[in-house]
Amino acid sequence: MEGLTLSDAEQKYYSDLFSYCDIESTKKVAANGRVLELFRAAQLPNDVVLQIMELCGATRLGYFGRSQFYIALKLVAVAQSGFPLRVESINTVKDLPLPRFVASKNEQESRHAASYSSDSENQGSYSGVIPPPPGRGQVKKGSVSHDTVQPRTSADQQEPASPVVSPQQSPPTSPHTWRKHSRHPSGGNSERPLAGPGPFWSPFGEAQSGSSAGDAVWSGHSPPPPQETWVSFADTPPTSTLLTMHPASVQDQTTVRTVASATTANEIRRQSSSYDDPWKITDEQRQYYVNQFKTIQPDLNGFIPGSAAKEFFTKSKLPILELSHIWELSDFDKDGALTLDEFCAAFHLVVARKNGYDLPEKLPESLMPKLIDLEDSADVGDQPGEVGYSGSPAEAPPSKSPSMPSLNQTWPELNQSSEDTAIVHPVPIRMTPSKIHMQEMELKRTGSDHTNPTSPLLVKPSDLSEESKINSSVKFASGNTVADGYSSSDSFTSDPEQIGNNVTHQRSHSGTSPDNTAPPPPPPRPQPSHSRSSSLDMNRTFAVTTGQQQAGVVAHPPAVPPRPQPSQAPGPVVHRPVDADGLITHTSTSPQQIPEQPNFADFSQFEVFAASNVNEEQDDEAEKHPDILPVEKASDSASSLRVAKTDSKIEEKTAASVPANVSKGTTPLAPPPKPVRRRLKSEDELRPEVDEHTQKTGVLAAVLASQPSIPRSVGKDKKAIQASIRRNKETNTVLARLNSELQQQLKDVLEERISLEVQLEQLRPFSHL
Amino acid sequence: MVHTSLDVVDEKISAMGKALVDQRELYLGLLYPTEDYKVYGYVTNSKVKFVMVVDSSNTALRDNEIRSMFRKLHNSYTDVMCNPFYNPGDRIQSRAFDSMVTSMMIQVC
Repeated sequence: MEGLTLSDAEQKYYSDLFSYCDIESTKKVAANGRVLELFRAAQLPNDVVLQIMELCGATRLGYFGRSQFYIALKLVAVAQSGFPLRVESINTVKDLPLPRFVASKNEQESRHAASYSSDSENQGSYSGVIPPPPGRGQVKKGSVSHDTVQPRTSADQQEPASPVVSPQQSPPTSPHTWRKHSRHPSGGNSERPLAGPGPFWSPFGEAQSGSSAGDAVWSGHSPPPPQETWVSFADTPPTSTLLTMHPASVQDQTTVRTVASATTANEIRRQSSSYDDPWKITDEQRQYYVNQFKTIQPDLNGFIPGSAAKEFFTKSKLPILELSHIWELSDFDKDGALTLDEFCAAFHLVVARKNGYDLPEKLPESLMPKLIDLEDSADVGDQPGEVGYSGSPAEAPPSKSPSMPSLNQTWPELNQSSEDTAIVHPVPIRMTPSKIHMQEMELKRTGSDHTNPTSPLLVKPSDLSEESKINSSVKFASGNTVADGYSSSDSFTSDPEQIGNNVTHQRSHSGTSPDNTAPPPPPPRPQPSHSRSSSLDMNRTFAVTTGQQQAGVVAHPPAVPPRPQPSQAPGPVVHRPVDADGLITHTSTSPQQIPEQPNFADFSQFEVFAASNVNEEQDDEAEKHPDILPVEKASDSASSLRVAKTDSKIEEKTAASVPANVSKGTTPLAPPPKPVRRRLKSEDELRPEVDEHTQKTGVLAAVLASQPSIPRSVGKDKKAIQASIRRNKETNTVLARLNSELQQQLKDVLEERISLEVQLEQLRPFSHL
Repeated sequence: MVHTSLDVVDEKISAMGKALVDQRELYLGLLYPTEDYKVYGYVTNSKVKFVMVVDSSNTALRDNEIRSMFRKLHNSYTDVMCNPFYNPGDRIQSRAFDSMVTSMMIQVC
């Protein structure tokens, strides 16, 4: 055979065809069957085919070697062109168009043709370069696109001489571009001999348009063969990898890729239209992208920061504007970083663009990133590009919901912080509300009973220092509520809470605030504040007290001494402390518990005390009053309260008070106020004019009474003890406050007394008259 | 006129003092004697200012609409900013941005 000189396009085309026929992948021999099919597709009369075969020497050899094949193809072209078949004609005929092969009816061929055409379209010089994303994808898939590819192939084939480059735009030039492209992938591109002018595959016999028309078709969809895009773009090994990838895959599919038949624009268009998704990414492509992604960001689930992506894509030498557009399209969640999917999409778009495909206005479906996370929080600072995002993308949750509101995500710092701010709710202070509730309840209760109880409550808070005040109020509240039974439990809870809230130390106390829930052993009210397990104790203690006077006691949580009853207060105040002390002393029943619920105990005792032995108490109180000085008072009151509570007997008071006081030492302040308050109340009682006070004291006594009961039951758990200790402390403070108030009142009362005496003195002479 | 409005915006910003919490700066009222248009200002937390000039003949541009427009504008702007290829300070050439703005304007008119 004569030497065969093929033009580049022809070369490519032929080689593709050869590959197509080379089903055995021998690279040397074209399967006869295939070749025959091919020839048949050439729509040449049989005799011509025979002639060709003979000429090329296949008949001689019995097989189609590559050279034979090529010759045959050439002859086909010649024949198709109408030239007589001559051996010489092989080389003599210049400008021989690529042989045209009618799309074989057979599936395979059509498929191949399709793939080929698509390939040819897409890849122009699909020389192993990264296959043009969409087109290639189609081709690669080999499955679907084949048919569609075919028309494309024909389109490709149109360009016999020049590889069709950008199907989209440059119709006539596409062939040239093809060729160009095919040339381009110099670096490492394995040449897929996309023989440009190869036998033409007119896919469906349609467009055999000559060279140009078909190209236009391309413009539709198939992304131009990336080819050099990749080469230049990737300047890196990836290219080669890709290339290797491609040749392998492509070859198989697109053996006849180069058979760029003159698919008319229609065909191509049709093809593209038939393509569901010209933008699909083939597996190879995807793999390639993934590899690329890895080079930038090893973690496949991570992000590529905007800056890195920018650099990377800038290498592709696309204009910034286009890159910007690509970015906009691919950064789906608008977080300024690219996840794997986004990156693949972006890469794909770049490839397409490089191959001449226009960028879509909207991200094609196939390129949409999978919804990895539907997190909307794009906590990625979107800094316009350059800023080192590296950290942020990683942090940014790969939120990919398509509808991701850009606002939420892209909003740089603003939203992030807002989103991040998990609203940490402070410890719910049930206490407060409950405390309030408690107080309300108390108020109600006290109001119903008498104003006094509440007054102290009310007064106390105002008077006492914050801590004690609160404690006291709490205590009062609790005390008040105790009477109500469960309400008291509320108070307890609120107490603890309140106390806890108040920076006061008496937290534990509050918890232990007289949980005088029910007269009967109050079911340990679910102390909201467990710190106040003591409250539980209180409950118990109070329970012991049988809450008889709990109501009264409750009414007077060791809170404000009846300030409102200034007149009364002083007296009672004076007495109160004393009583408290007395009570405390009496509370010998549970000295250990006393510390825990000094107040309550005291109060209850106090109440009882006051109620029972007002007079005696007065004396005692008077005696003890001096003792009841702030801290001491607290302890005393507490103890007294406790004493009162437990015994509710005055006699015991003294006795109990002592030990109570001792034990009370532990609970410095809280108790005192209570007892003081109680004292106040008792004083009030003492005051004849104030019956209410008596009631109050009664309440107090009740409280006190309840208290003792609690201490008794307490002592079981250390926790309870501790809680009660805390409560006691709180009570102490409250009592201390109360104490001070009572002192004040005492002073006032004394003054009044003095004034009265003076008046009396003055009047006395007259009386005589 | 835009420059004048910018001056006014600066004024407002400096007056705002405490925090730019209130993104909305509906500055309505820069009505020139001859040119009857309204200028709305909007400043973001990053001190990016948006100025919207509206023809007064367009009577019923409600405050809420303006606010929503600004919000959308802000959103789109941040989207544009996200683009690493976009250098702050350049003219915004984002197609999406442009389309959003256009649609917004059309909607109003």
